[in-house]
Amino acid sequence: MIRIISVQVENKFGVLSRVAGLFSGRGFNIESLSVGTTTDPSISQMTIVTEGDERIIEQIIKQLNKLIDVIKVTDLTENEHVEREMALIKVHTRAEDRAEALRIADIFRGRVIDSTPTTYTIEVSGEIRKIEAMINLLRPLGIKEIVRTGRIAIAREEIKLFAQKEKKAAEG
Amino acid sequence: MKISGSQILIESLKKEGVDTIFGLPGGVVLGIFDALYQEKALKVILTRHEQGAMHMAEGYAKVTGKTGVVLVTSGPGATNTVTGLVDAYMDSIPLVVITGQVPSHLIGNDAFQEADIVGISRPCTKYNYLVKDVNDLAATIKEAFYIASTGRPGPVLIDLPKDVTFAQTEFKYPDKVSVRSYNPTVQGNKWQIKQAALAISRARKPVLYVGGGVVLSNAHDEIRQLAEMTQIPVTMTLMGLGAFPGTHPLSMGMLGMHGTAYANWAVHDCDLLIAVGARFDDRVTGKIADFAPNCNVIHIDIDPTSIRKNFKVDVPIVGDVKTVLGELNGILKESLESNGDLAAIRRSWHDQIEKWKKERPLVYAQEPTVIKPQFVIEKLYELSHGNAIVSTDVGQHQMWAAQFYKFNRSRTFLSSGGLGTMGYGFPAALGAQAAFRDSLVINISGDGSIQMNIQEMATAVVENLPVKVAILNNRYLGMVRQWQQLFYDHRYSSSYLDTTPDFVKLAEAYGAVGLRATRPDEVEEVIRKALEVKKPVIMDFIVDPNENVYPMVPAGGSNFAMVFEDPKPVRDDKPSKQPSPDSILTA
Repeated sequence: MIRIISVQVENKFGVLSRVAGLFSGRGFNIESLSVGTTTDPSISQMTIVTEGDERIIEQIIKQLNKLIDVIKVTDLTENEHVEREMALIKVHTRAEDRAEALRIADIFRGRVIDSTPTTYTIEVSGEIRKIEAMINLLRPLGIKEIVRTGRIAIAREEIKLFAQKEKKAAEG
Repeated sequence: MKISGSQILIESLKKEGVDTIFGLPGGVVLGIFDALYQEKALKVILTRHEQGAMHMAEGYAKVTGKTGVVLVTSGPGATNTVTGLVDAYMDSIPLVVITGQVPSHLIGNDAFQEADIVGISRPCTKYNYLVKDVNDLAATIKEAFYIASTGRPGPVLIDLPKDVTFAQTEFKYPDKVSVRSYNPTVQGNKWQIKQAALAISRARKPVLYVGGGVVLSNAHDEIRQLAEMTQIPVTMTLMGLGAFPGTHPLSMGMLGMHGTAYANWAVHDCDLLIAVGARFDDRVTGKIADFAPNCNVIHIDIDPTSIRKNFKVDVPIVGDVKTVLGELNGILKESLESNGDLAAIRRSWHDQIEKWKKERPLVYAQEPTVIKPQFVIEKLYELSHGNAIVSTDVGQHQMWAAQFYKFNRSRTFLSSGGLGTMGYGFPAALGAQAAFRDSLVINISGDGSIQMNIQEMATAVVENLPVKVAILNNRYLGMVRQWQQLFYDHRYSSSYLDTTPDFVKLAEAYGAVGLRATRPDEVEEVIRKALEVKKPVIMDFIVDPNENVYPMVPAGGSNFAMVFEDPKPVRDDKPSKQPSPDSILTA
């Protein structure tokens, strides 16, 4: 089962290596891993997409928590969350295909960010299904190169506003 | 006043209560050793190999409960610590290992004696540091000791570039340390502890499965109180030996591959398994699908990753073993006062175990002319009155020591459990002797293992560490030979050692005392002589090369199907099929 795990870590050198080493050393699988900064410059945010049965996922989360530099581990899969991935896709375009390529990009709200007489480079972001669907449609044209960010994800905020209103109503 | 990084290191170690350092100098740590030259409060034990320093620090840490400290140079000095790091990591031994590093500006340049020890040791340390600024040094050392000694203990490595040891700054040692991302759980979940108490008071056939965590947590009194109060039989892992008295009527000795038959059968038939500071290692469980199949499981451990890693658990309790057991005992004490006589409820269970003990005791066949290795251990036990600190290396002798020496006190048995490091025992014994100069420290070893760190005999002689080494000399890598006999059809590939050195002469060459026994009637006298001498001694016992360790669970086999004798098993030793136990938690 695919899981998306969000990990807050200390922004120090070697932390990525510790996390990656944990996965390789224990034979866990990493499908994708992305790292970025947060509002706190001392903390980095990792999104790890991994696969395994319940026991393995439990171990992955426990082992991540055990790393000294890991501050917080959240299994986003369990809760409502939003996920996105970005891809840069370079397609071969013969003269007769250029319109088709643009049309496909348009359908998926992609943008052409680089163009040569024989290629387009299209930027697209969205859920993984969308990216894969677009890649599938572009494939017959001839894909030269794909670069993907891997998934990032964030928990949906609980609707606290509503809860507060309710509480106020109850109070008075 | 500004002082150098080297002096900061020394002052910090003193603040941490360190009195002994094990190590070996080299180019980039000369500044530190120079500062140590003037230092009276820190004893430096100069080893002959960095691996020796590591195992000495492990032995020192294990017997004292303190954090062991190692100081070595960069490059090969650092890489020689790796086996010790993995060993300490697997057996949860608190160490702080300080490695020199080439000057900061040369890091990454393939400089002379440069090794990326922070990268190399990342998967085998609890944490590691490269100190880039002398202003961070004191806080780093404070944090290193904190991390090494708390939670599930382990080795922490500090890599110290040469320029940092010479750079100067004000020394201020932090009073407190706090790492926001590291907060080990000490207190157990109260609800789960109540569930555990309930399960224990209802169980008819419970077993306590005690691991090294009980030793590390100093919970030997608590485990004994629990066992006696609730009349629960106790089995220990290799690392747990000594946590509960081996001569206690409730003790079933060690379980697992070379454990006692009655311990393995009791675990197989129990209706409640209480695992305390143990991790269901494959050498303990055998074929895991057949391990303790019909029971509920309580698992108390400070490391959450140990729980449900490879075995189902009904009542998981994450916390410090001593703290959790204290609380559990409190609850049980109250409920037992109203609940009556547990000994009566468990009478039939105890009778069953007694029957098994009589049916399959630990035995060996004594012979008049050839020394049986088990006999040597029995004699060592007898003549040391069971009061020695004993270290072992790895192999047959290790298992015989675990079987035939009864450990009644915690922190008196030193062995490489997780990694199984041949060459661990002798330096570990020296580390223990350095901590307790007046105690009797015995290293039980084999002719294979002892040669893996024999160079430390020089350390023993120079430092006057009168460790008694008992070599069970069978001219083989004995455990390898045993497996080849049993599972590789007697093809003894590369297990016969052929020319082993004359260990008596070897001891004498180092300035130690060498003694030899070749017949059973010489064993006692050799041991007596060795115990009288105030010097390091090698006792070379020429033992039966064909002796095998029994009982044995063949690798990957089930614990209830043990093998008791040569050749392959003939009888079916399955215990009676048990009816499925009462569901004690939901009842």
